[in-house]
Parts: sequence; C-alpha cells; structure tokens
Amino acid sequence: MLKLEARPQPSGFWSYGSPLLALLVTVVIGVILFIALGKDPVRALEMFFWQPIRNGYALGELMVKATPLLIIALGLAVCFRSNVWNIGAEGQYIIGAIFAGGVALLADKGTGAWIVAPVVLAGIVGGMAWAALTALLRDRFNANEILVSLMLVYVAVQLLSYLVGGPWKDPQGFNFPQTRTFEAATRIPRLFEGSRMSIGVVLALVGVGAIWVFLFRTRAGFAQQVGGLAPAAARYAGFSSRQALWTALLISGGAAGLAGALEVAGPIGQLTAYVPAGYGFAAIIVAYVGRLHPVGMVFSAILMSMFYIGGEMAQSRMGLTKSLTGVFQGLLLFSLLACDTLVNYRLRLGRSGST
Amino acid sequence: MDSYSLLIAATLNAGTVLALASLGLLINEKVGIVNLGAEGMMLCAAIAGFAAVVHTGNDWLGFAAGAVVGALLAALFGLLVIWLNTNQFATGLALTLFGTGFSAFVGTSYVQARIPERPSFGIPGLADIPVLGPALFRHHPLVYLTVLLALALIWFMYRTRSGLVMRSVGESPESAHALGYPVRLIRLMAVVAGGALCGLAGAYLSIIYTPLWVEGMVSGKGWIALALTTFATWRPARVLLGAYLFGGVTMLQFHLQGIGVDIPSQFLTMLPYLATIVVLALISRNPQWIRINMPASIGKPFYPGS
Repeated sequence: MLKLEARPQPSGFWSYGSPLLALLVTVVIGVILFIALGKDPVRALEMFFWQPIRNGYALGELMVKATPLLIIALGLAVCFRSNVWNIGAEGQYIIGAIFAGGVALLADKGTGAWIVAPVVLAGIVGGMAWAALTALLRDRFNANEILVSLMLVYVAVQLLSYLVGGPWKDPQGFNFPQTRTFEAATRIPRLFEGSRMSIGVVLALVGVGAIWVFLFRTRAGFAQQVGGLAPAAARYAGFSSRQALWTALLISGGAAGLAGALEVAGPIGQLTAYVPAGYGFAAIIVAYVGRLHPVGMVFSAILMSMFYIGGEMAQSRMGLTKSLTGVFQGLLLFSLLACDTLVNYRLRLGRSGST
Repeated sequence: MDSYSLLIAATLNAGTVLALASLGLLINEKVGIVNLGAEGMMLCAAIAGFAAVVHTGNDWLGFAAGAVVGALLAALFGLLVIWLNTNQFATGLALTLFGTGFSAFVGTSYVQARIPERPSFGIPGLADIPVLGPALFRHHPLVYLTVLLALALIWFMYRTRSGLVMRSVGESPESAHALGYPVRLIRLMAVVAGGALCGLAGAYLSIIYTPLWVEGMVSGKGWIALALTTFATWRPARVLLGAYLFGGVTMLQFHLQGIGVDIPSQFLTMLPYLATIVVLALISRNPQWIRINMPASIGKPFYPGS
C-alpha cells in the first residue's frame, strides 16, 4: 500500500514540479483518449503543442487568447489568496463587455481614437460593479460568495442576450442577436501590422507587475493574504476582513471587466450572444496552475490558450470536437490538485495506516 | 383552473430534479463535505442516462447509468478530498469544469438523438380526479419515489444509530474518530451516495423532464441545489419543500409567458437565479442561525491522528 507521510516543510521542488507533472498526466490521459477515439495521438499533440507556436502569426494568436485569461486570472489570484471564492468572473467579464460595448456604440463616424479610453474604463467599471454586488451581499447579508457570484453569471448572460436581441440589436443584422459592428475608432490599438495582438498584451504584462508589487511588496497586499491564510491572526493584527473582501472582489471584477472590454472592442468588434466564451471559468484553472503567482500565471495562461487553439485545430483538421478543450482544462486542474499532495506529503511504500 | 393544475404538475416535475440533487448534497454536507461538482456530475449523468435510453430504450437503465456515473465521479472527488486532503472547493470546481467539458464532448453525437415516446403515467383511480388528478397523480414514478426518499432520509438520519454516527462525523470528526468510527470511510460512502443522487437528478432531467440532450442543459440547477441545502438549514423536509418552491419559480416563467405577461423572456429566465440570490441573502442574514444549524466540520479536512 502507498502511504502518505506529512513533510516537515512544504517541498519547494514539488511546488514547481507539480504543475509540470499535472500537465504530463493530462497529456498521457489525452493520448489514451485519442487512441481510444482512433485518432493519431502524435498528430493530435501536434495540434495542441506545435501548431500554436509554429510561426509568428500563430504565436500572436496564442497571445490574443492568453491575454484575457491572464488578466482575469491575475484578479482571481488576489481573491483566492484572500480566501474570497469569486467564481463568477465570467459574469463580471460579460458585464464589462456590455458596459464597454455600450460606450463603443455611442461612437460615430467622426469620433476620434480617444474613445478607446472611455470604452476600456467603462469595462473596468462594469466588472467592478458586478463584483460589488457579490461583495455587498457577502458583507451585509453574509451570503455565500461562491453561489452569489455564480448565479450572477447566469443573470449576466440573460442580460446580454436581452440587450443584443432587443434594444441594442443591429437593425441591419438579419435578426441575428448582435449589435452593429463598432466604429473603427473604438478598436483597441494593435501592436503592429500583421498580427491581432493589441495593447491588451502590454496591459496584461503591466498587470503582472502591478499584482506582483501589490501582493509581495505592499502592506495592503500582505494584510490581504494574512486574512486568507489565518483569519484569526489577521483579526489580531487589526486587518479588516471586510476591507479584504471588497478589495479582492473589486480588483478581480475590474480585471474581468477589463478583459471583457478588450475582447469586444478588440478581436470581436461588436456585442453578440457569443461573447461569453468561458474565459472566466478557464481563468480559475489558469490561476491555480500558475500557483496564484503573477509570473506563474503568464505560463499557465499561455498553456490554457494552447488548449483553446489546439481544440479548434483538432476540430477543423482532425474532425474532433472543440469541446475537447474543456475536457483537458478540467483534467489539468484535477491532476494538479492531486499532484499538489506531493508538496505537503511524501509517498511511502508501507503498510496502510488507519482510516 | 386547468392551467393551474398544469403549473402544479410542472412544479413537481421541475422540483424533483432539484430535490434529488439537493438531498444528495445534503447527505454530503451532513458528513462535512461540500461538493461544488454537483453541476458537473449532473451533466455527465444527464448524457450517460440519455445515451443509455437511446441505446436500450429502457428508462430505468438510463437512471441507473446516471446514478453510476454520478457515484463514480463523486468517488473520484472523495478520494482526492478525503484521502489526499485537497481543497474541497477547488476540487469540486475542477469536477464541474471537467464535467461540463466532458459531457459536451461525449454529447456531440447525441445532440440530434430522440428517445421513444413513452406511455403517460397515472395512478389508477386517482389520476382521473378533476384538477387534482392532472396536478398530482400523473407523474413519473420517480417523482413519488423522491418524496419517499426524503422521508427515508429523515428516518435514517434522526431515528437510526447509523444516522447518528453519520451526523456525528459531520459535527465532530475528531470525536467520531476517537470513538473508533472509520471517519474517512463514512465520509466517502456519504459522498458516493450523494453523487449517485445528483446523477439520478441529471438522468431524470435528460430522460423525463426535457427529454433530450442539450449541451450545458443543467444550466445552474446543480448550483441552485447547493444553495438549497443552506436555505433548508440542512433539514431534509425543508430541502424537499425548497426544491418544489424553486421548481415553481422555474415554471412560473413559462406560465407568465403563457398568460401573455409582457416581459422580455430573458428577464423571466433570470428569475430562478435572482430568487436564489435573494433567498440566500435573507436566510444567511443571521450568522448565528446558520452557525447553529450548519454541520460544524463543513468544508474542513480531517486528518486522522494529527
């Protein structure tokens, strides 16, 4: 029997090794799945791990998808480190997109490029407002933030569906649930010609630095995390748990809203019922696989982006379904949680302990 | 009158899905485990049950398939949470994310599938009573079995020795362990039983309630079922009541649309989710009340011998 033995100290090696092991486990299960489906596993792995980095354009596309994931995950990391379980980032992303889209629709032919700033700000405000609802209900009514934030995702989806199917519907849109395409002036500026990468990439990287400084170099960031690790110690130190709750939710809501704004005013260019792409949920996995560390999440966001692109490639070129992406995302988080046992425990061969 | 008896019938039908899942989650939480994977388990069970009926034509095999899939996924969750001491919330979330993806993946080939028409049900004699008959006595047997299940659970939890042991594991795993009860095994059994019930709920959804497979068709019912255990302050009878209440809210939208209320359908679809938030806030407002009723070890890991 295998036996778990508590380590005196968490293993530094495994806290880095476990995400890699988890990825390996996911790949192995994936290979088994492909063989079971009668598909060539080497070709499938190529779709997921080689095609997305094949050339400059592919790399750009990889970044386009990684950007919203990273931005949302940065906010979620602050939440999870503070023991605030915001799992409704998808809803905050949608509301951010709605607010940004609302501003973008105000632009007309003569509007200058300055409109991009209000569009982006509106997205941030929208995401914050939506997250503030969760914070308010938690703070004033003690309502569980997991359930409230999640329920608000469904509400946000319906709200979007109402807007694009009703008041904001494009009159010339053949009755599709979508708004008219935004004016060119509202487009988030691209970094260079020939790639869809926008200044969103830069904003995400600035975010990495900002969150790193906040978490590890400021007193507020420290207080935030003490509250998550040891609520009693935080109370003793006089750190307000209410403040930590609001800070965490406003930061993550704002981040998710920003991601929503960058998407609708960037690659999408209009509001449609298909704005919700599951980035808010995938970002939860990004946050965990990246160890809730800003730099770690850069890598996990790129990995998760590979899963998205790989899934699409596998659909168009191998006749597999795109939903494989979701399977692998879930598997990755599962394996990570299991592998993380190695951080705190040693595996020993021996007689089984008491149960 | 007829439209109201149909509304009641639809309420019981929708409430059964919530009741089955929520009773399962109640069993989990009574031993101190919160499984946020309910949504994922229900989705996987929904497609498993639906596929089983498509291939065999037998509803009960479908229900069995759903329950088995739910139980297996719950066992996986249980092993991680109970033996490897992973975080319950994160692991449950992983299960939901995986279940959402996996069910969509498996379900791709069943999107167009139809299952055979089945004869309508009815309790002989009672089904023909005007108004009451269509409202109460023409349901699938599982609707009545769910009520029986709630009663059985009440009896088990509060009237048997095993039920007492189960509750003690949830209140104080340390004491139960000190008395020599296999805490981890009891927790695993409860988690598996809860998963089987969530699975049954998912299968009922795709086989009887809808009856077809749509990607993501559980649409938050697993999460509402999770909220229901809190509304019910962890009492089986109140879980049942709450489930029918929310079944009613879900059905109200169709009723309102039916009688021509002029509200965009999206706002009506929001109703159950908004109602969940409002009721959750009202019930949770008094932290003392929650603390008294909540199983004390909920969400906390237990390491024997530490």
